[in-house]
Amino acid sequence: MRLSTLLTTALLTGTFLAGCAKKPQQPLAARKAAPDFVLKDAAGKQVHLSDYRGKVVLLDFWATWCGPCRIEIPWFTQMEQQKKDKGFAVLGVSMDDDGWKAVNPFVAEMKINYRVLLGNDDVAKNYGGLDALPTTFLIDRDGKIAAVHVGLASRKDFEESVDDLLSAPAGGSGKISLPAFVFGGR
Amino acid sequence: MRLFSVRRAGIAVLAAAPLLLAQPGDRLTVGKPEPVTGKRNASVQVKLPMTVQKGFHVNSNKPREEYLIPLKLTWTSTGALQAGAIDYPPPEVQKFEFAEMPLSIYSGSFDVVAHFKVAPNASAGPGAASGKLRYQACNDRACFAPKTLDVTVVYQIE
Repeated sequence: MRLSTLLTTALLTGTFLAGCAKKPQQPLAARKAAPDFVLKDAAGKQVHLSDYRGKVVLLDFWATWCGPCRIEIPWFTQMEQQKKDKGFAVLGVSMDDDGWKAVNPFVAEMKINYRVLLGNDDVAKNYGGLDALPTTFLIDRDGKIAAVHVGLASRKDFEESVDDLLSAPAGGSGKISLPAFVFGGR
Repeated sequence: MRLFSVRRAGIAVLAAAPLLLAQPGDRLTVGKPEPVTGKRNASVQVKLPMTVQKGFHVNSNKPREEYLIPLKLTWTSTGALQAGAIDYPPPEVQKFEFAEMPLSIYSGSFDVVAHFKVAPNASAGPGAASGKLRYQACNDRACFAPKTLDVTVVYQIE
């Protein structure tokens, strides 16, 4: 199943986070692998999503011109600080056409403490088009998409969903996974 | 300033009809404008009727937050027309959950008016002016990538 189909299905069945109401995560058996990507961070270092296998990842697609993104980013900054030692990581992928020229001042202004990458059309396509921002994927320790949120959600929903995923052991979806350090995860 | 009207029999010297290309997924579309008229040296105006999809808004030409991308019409080629001022309508001021302060936006239907002057040495015959309309749309929970629509004003100088 293509990710765009998955997103559409999620939209129709309400199995992703939206608005203030807490929505269920995808059941284990229904979870699809998050498409791997390689993108550069501000230092020019290549980052693979698969580097984070073994961690719960909050993958946030955003842009500097997106007002709702500016609401969520401080939440994610705090979550990174509070949960990074529990096997959690936030990855922010900017979809700004103006690149680092636009993104770097924003990262400094918002005091973002997690890794920020620059997105591209290929990644957008693999993640269902990313027509609306913010679009946030919660990825379990096995690298599978547990929940998708399109648009501004509530902090409580993110917190609870991440905590749920952190409490689940790796390999919960029946797939053998190795600790993050084996893959160079941070 | 409107000097002539094509509806006035026999004296029309210029008719401009903007053609704007909408793409699938556009939250803003530009409708067929009413005919405008003029002659050499005349000041003419083109009214561009715009409609924002229900439930969405676009930033006004002067958004209140620096990070927001304004609605902006620019001409890249005007042919026998000389580009003048562009009048944007008064914006709505609306509060959204995602912004601390009320924002300056457009929603629903509104007109942007572009002013031109017909060049004094304009040759008789057809022509076209081309431009770009850049906008960025949001709803109350999400924003959508900035888009640029092609704008073409077709005119006839007789």
